[in-house]
Amino acid sequence: MLEIKNIYKTFNPGTINAKTALRGLSLNLEEGDFVTIIGSNGAGKSTLFHAIAGSFYVDEGAIELDGKDVTFMPEHRRSRSIGRIFQDPMGGTAPGMTIEENLALAYLRASKGGGPFRWITKREKEFFREKVKMLNMGLEDRMNQQVGTLSGGQRQALTLLMATIVTPKLLLLDEHTAALDPGTAEQVLKLTQNLVKKDRIPCLMITHNMSHALEIGNRTFMMADGNIVLDVRDEEKKHLTVENLLARFREGTGSELDYDRILLSK
Amino acid sequence: MIYITRTALELGFLYALVAMALFLSYRILDIADLTTDGSFILGSAVSVTMAASGHPYLAIIAAFAAGICAGGVTAFLQTKLGVPSILAGIVTNTGLYTINLMVMGWSSNVSLLKTETIFTLFEMTGIGGKWSEIILAFGVTALTGILLFMFLKTRMGLSIRATGNNITMVRASSINPSLTITVGLCIANGMTALSGAMVGQYQNAADINGGTGIVVIGLACLIIGETVLGRRTVAKGVIAAIVGSLIYRVIYAVVLYTKFVPVQGLKLITAIVVALAIAFPTIQKKGQFQKRKFMAIHKGER
Repeated sequence: MLEIKNIYKTFNPGTINAKTALRGLSLNLEEGDFVTIIGSNGAGKSTLFHAIAGSFYVDEGAIELDGKDVTFMPEHRRSRSIGRIFQDPMGGTAPGMTIEENLALAYLRASKGGGPFRWITKREKEFFREKVKMLNMGLEDRMNQQVGTLSGGQRQALTLLMATIVTPKLLLLDEHTAALDPGTAEQVLKLTQNLVKKDRIPCLMITHNMSHALEIGNRTFMMADGNIVLDVRDEEKKHLTVENLLARFREGTGSELDYDRILLSK
Repeated sequence: MIYITRTALELGFLYALVAMALFLSYRILDIADLTTDGSFILGSAVSVTMAASGHPYLAIIAAFAAGICAGGVTAFLQTKLGVPSILAGIVTNTGLYTINLMVMGWSSNVSLLKTETIFTLFEMTGIGGKWSEIILAFGVTALTGILLFMFLKTRMGLSIRATGNNITMVRASSINPSLTITVGLCIANGMTALSGAMVGQYQNAADINGGTGIVVIGLACLIIGETVLGRRTVAKGVIAAIVGSLIYRVIYAVVLYTKFVPVQGLKLITAIVVALAIAFPTIQKKGQFQKRKFMAIHKGER
């Protein structure tokens, strides 16, 4: 599905602020893989996401998505097949537009067919309503309300729906529940798991919650210093505890996992 | 009195196109497009020059197309060459001064004498009698408004709205912001030029200085309309542009008629109104802070 071969990225090269954020990182994601990613501050977790999404081009190496080389494809073209959700619940939706219009935007752009002058059809409106109903937030009766009037959790749930309304080839979740209160965070996380499982969307999820990292998905990456230092999967992952995860991190990098927001327990 | 009201309404409808253009560029795309002044004159220059050579209908279409080109230049400077948006508008506007003179045959004004305009042609159909001009002005503006509203509901329209509303989201989605900004600015300047084209044929003249400050006047119209109607939805925004323009022109007529303030002073008043209206939220916030500070200090003394 997603294959990354030996990518490098240095920011501000040749200056005193030069920072190599990705150092020869490679990974191979298989269909239906749900990977949780943990790592220290500045390990390159978000940078990896930006590289995959095309916010910048990598200095070296190649990125392949679904058998197609996307290394030099601009961000907005990659976005057709990559769904992305950030930590900031305000970032993923247009506050001045209605729920229906936001969904239409996500749907019209990602679905093929129909020129730039297409309107939202009756059937699509009904389809959006059905989708929103699945969120169980009562939003289906507020389709014509502006998104700016929704709560952070509602907006993040809507963003999730927008990212998956046309099944993406890859879903990138960058601590997408971190800014929500614990109850809402659990709710959005449940929803994430359901949506991802239903369509078998390959998914990478950065989290600072160690128990989430272990409980969710079938693989866990640990990142340090611009690379993946640990890749635990399936059976092995099921038996992993927070303690031996930390121990293995120490073995792998020779240092303690150092992340100021990390949550070691529930 | 009726004559004055009628003229005010006619101009109100014609200039409403500028307010609608600014609704698109300023409100929807969140770009202060200073190409507006130049586009307006470009529209009237093209329109009047072509009407003088006997093509009043074609003149309107050509003016609209010319406006689209002007918007395209600003958008190109901004999206492809990285010129800051305000500067891009000023640069195009400055360049347009020469272009506009050229269109008018290197003279600073062109008049239509006894040539047919769309207004005289429409009058000859006998529709509306002496109200024919107002009907035509209303028709063109209403039609443009409806088309704009419909456009903003299309896939492209939604993308343009999202670009002005949440650029972070747009960057992470498959919308190409360069394209949406370009299309938005082209349409906005097309509408501004259309306004210039209509006004030019209405007044039977085009003047190189006829568009000075039109961007501020357009904004004033938009703000007046939004104050009256609110600005929550697209439909309200489009209607607000038209209503605001009508109100502005009525006020203008009253000032002109009563000499309540000298007519020369109107631009200054317009500028002050726009500055205050845009500054209002900031003034309000500062006021609240001062009040809180005053209260806190006051409490401390007790």
